[in-house]
Amino acid sequence: MGPRLPLMLKDAGLTAFVAAALGIFIVGFRTVDQGGGKGLGFDYHLVDLAVAVFVIFIGRLGLSMAANGLRWPAIVLGVAMMAAGASPMKLPSGFLHWFVALGGVLLVIRAIWPWANDAMGVAARTPSGVALGKAGVKWFGWLLLAAAVLMPFTPFADQKTMDLGVLILTYVMLGWGLNIVVGLAGLLDLGYVAFYAVGAYAYALLSTQYGLGFWTVLPLAGMMAALFGIVLGFPVLRLRGDYLAIVTLGFGEIIRLVLLNWFDLTNGPAGIGSIPGPTLFGAVFAETPPPGKQTVSEMLGIAFDGNHRLIFLYYIILGLALITNLFTQRMRRLPVGRAWEALREDETACQALGINPTNTKLTAFAIGAMFAGFAGSFFAAKQRFISPESFVFIESAIILAIVVLGGMGSQIGVVLAAVLLIGLPEWFRDLGNYRMLAFGLAMVLIMVFKPRGLISHREPSIRLHPAGSGGGG
Amino acid sequence: MAYFTQQLINAITLGAIYGLIAIGYTMVYGIIGMINFAHGEVFMIGAFISLIGFVICGSLGISSAPIAIVLVLLLAMSFSAVYGWAIERTAYRPLRGSFRLAPLISAIGVSIALQNYVQLAQGARPKPGGQVVSGGFNLFTADGFDVRVTWLQIIIVLVTVVLMAGFTWVIAKTSLGRQQRACEQDMKMAALLGVNVDRTISLTFVLGAALAAVAGMLFLMYYGVVDFFIGFLAGIKAFTAAVLGGIGSLPGAMLGGLLIGLIEVFWAGYFSSEYKDVAAFAILVLVLIFRPSGLLGKPEIEKV
Repeated sequence: MGPRLPLMLKDAGLTAFVAAALGIFIVGFRTVDQGGGKGLGFDYHLVDLAVAVFVIFIGRLGLSMAANGLRWPAIVLGVAMMAAGASPMKLPSGFLHWFVALGGVLLVIRAIWPWANDAMGVAARTPSGVALGKAGVKWFGWLLLAAAVLMPFTPFADQKTMDLGVLILTYVMLGWGLNIVVGLAGLLDLGYVAFYAVGAYAYALLSTQYGLGFWTVLPLAGMMAALFGIVLGFPVLRLRGDYLAIVTLGFGEIIRLVLLNWFDLTNGPAGIGSIPGPTLFGAVFAETPPPGKQTVSEMLGIAFDGNHRLIFLYYIILGLALITNLFTQRMRRLPVGRAWEALREDETACQALGINPTNTKLTAFAIGAMFAGFAGSFFAAKQRFISPESFVFIESAIILAIVVLGGMGSQIGVVLAAVLLIGLPEWFRDLGNYRMLAFGLAMVLIMVFKPRGLISHREPSIRLHPAGSGGGG
Repeated sequence: MAYFTQQLINAITLGAIYGLIAIGYTMVYGIIGMINFAHGEVFMIGAFISLIGFVICGSLGISSAPIAIVLVLLLAMSFSAVYGWAIERTAYRPLRGSFRLAPLISAIGVSIALQNYVQLAQGARPKPGGQVVSGGFNLFTADGFDVRVTWLQIIIVLVTVVLMAGFTWVIAKTSLGRQQRACEQDMKMAALLGVNVDRTISLTFVLGAALAAVAGMLFLMYYGVVDFFIGFLAGIKAFTAAVLGGIGSLPGAMLGGLLIGLIEVFWAGYFSSEYKDVAAFAILVLVLIFRPSGLLGKPEIEKV
């Protein structure tokens, strides 16, 4: 191992050098307004940068050690980094403590990864392991469902948890809806949030302007979104993958800009407020009933509790999400569902076999849009206030990330990815922008290490070419 | 007529900036067939490095505008190029040969990460600066309307034209350009014939990033303000320009940039400035529907 050390040091040095070049201006010289008309000045962070570059050097060295079989030195380095991060040593900023400690954690994980992997592989090959694995796959979904149904009755179901649950389920539903378009039909849609917006604005406008209730508007909003999907999809679905992605992105932005600028209809950036929430058999969730209405607590004869509304919302979105899932599962068995998956694999072959690609894609696009419309009107009813701010591109990207990270076409993968991508960052809300930074980096890392997603979709039973070849043409 | 000429001058300036960014998209798409979604962020980082460079020049007492511009230009180009290289090396290269959507998702991740990185490091507020060139001259006066050309507009167009000429020369005449065109046509065959494909792709990213940095500097000088979010819209518009001109074609990217600049400026000048971005996106959609190969692009033949 001795002769390799200089190479590793050189590699780590190079990495540190690149990191320094990347950070020197953006991190090292923070521009600040000096005030008094003196223009911009600098707030220097060069020491922070130097510490970060040193940490990157050590981290990279540790990584190459781990990759070359020098596990123990790598673990020692990782533990040292964790200790340094946790120590009361005076670093220039709190972020650096986290940076060092997290770097150490990652390094240790990387170093013991081969052992853990081997151990899991051995465990999975024993007879009981195989049986457990099979049972796990079969029952995992049902267990998750049971947990989701029972969640509001558990002691941790305080307001924060319930809010988070509703949020995660909304993204699960959106993920399942987009999964039809991206996972099954293989159409890359970067403007999915547009349909979500259509559903939300449909409910907001119909309820505030015409006094229609949530349950009346829900199907209407879905239909409206599906109609948008057909109108937008019809001309563009002939395009190939990447172009389709950009056109849908363009459409998403067009819809957002129209919502932002069409004051008479949408009230522009100020948004639409006081949207009524969903009702339970005509009864509203409120402490005191509005004129001519009954509150739920009166109807059921129970004491008022602010949490009831949240629990109700939770079950609505759970129900809507499950409908999406059930619908998708059934569609997959129908000819059109099979045609979607066939189209994803090879469009030319499908055409040769007499499948009309445009119509098939259009059904997937419209159905996906419909579910986004449902989710959108739920969102409007939950938030009671919507504005174009909620329908920016990053939302589309997050939903797409959920689908792809979950493993395209995998329903349970979407749930896992939604919990991971929405639940975890939400717990770390206080971290502010670091959260989105980590989100972006996580997207890259998961793609690099697990490009097929957390749960890979079913592989086609016969492949003409090995995976990855023939991508160029 | 005077108003029209004025708008035309403004449109050409804006179009030049879009064209420079569009080259990065078109080259990367041409060579590895992926939309480098993070390219807009490299442009944004280029603008920020230029801003910092101008402030450094100011504090060093370099008062001559040409020297400051050349220094900042070199600074922004070289350091943004490192970003281009690092992005390709870490986020795209491991995914080469993976399934089609993987690099795009990774690129979206890079884009989100870079935006937040700059927001954290530099703050969320728009930063004013970079206005080192001022003044101009009246071209002519008609109907009581002065048609003005600023020195800055001339600099922008000149820099763009020079870079474009240099770049076209690099692609057409140098061995790097030949290798790059070979990789575009058939990467596997090029590799078999001894072209270092990895190095060629890296250099493509480096060159694209350097041009985006120039665009970032010109943008900063033209608008006098940058923030961490400018990369998104500029990136999409530049991509539109690349598609409009025919993706993979360098003159096409420039032409597309000019057209997008024209559409945007004239729409804002004659109709409404709120919907100028809608107009740009609508053009993108229309072009892709009626002429997916773009104005100067070759139609793509799908092989089975």
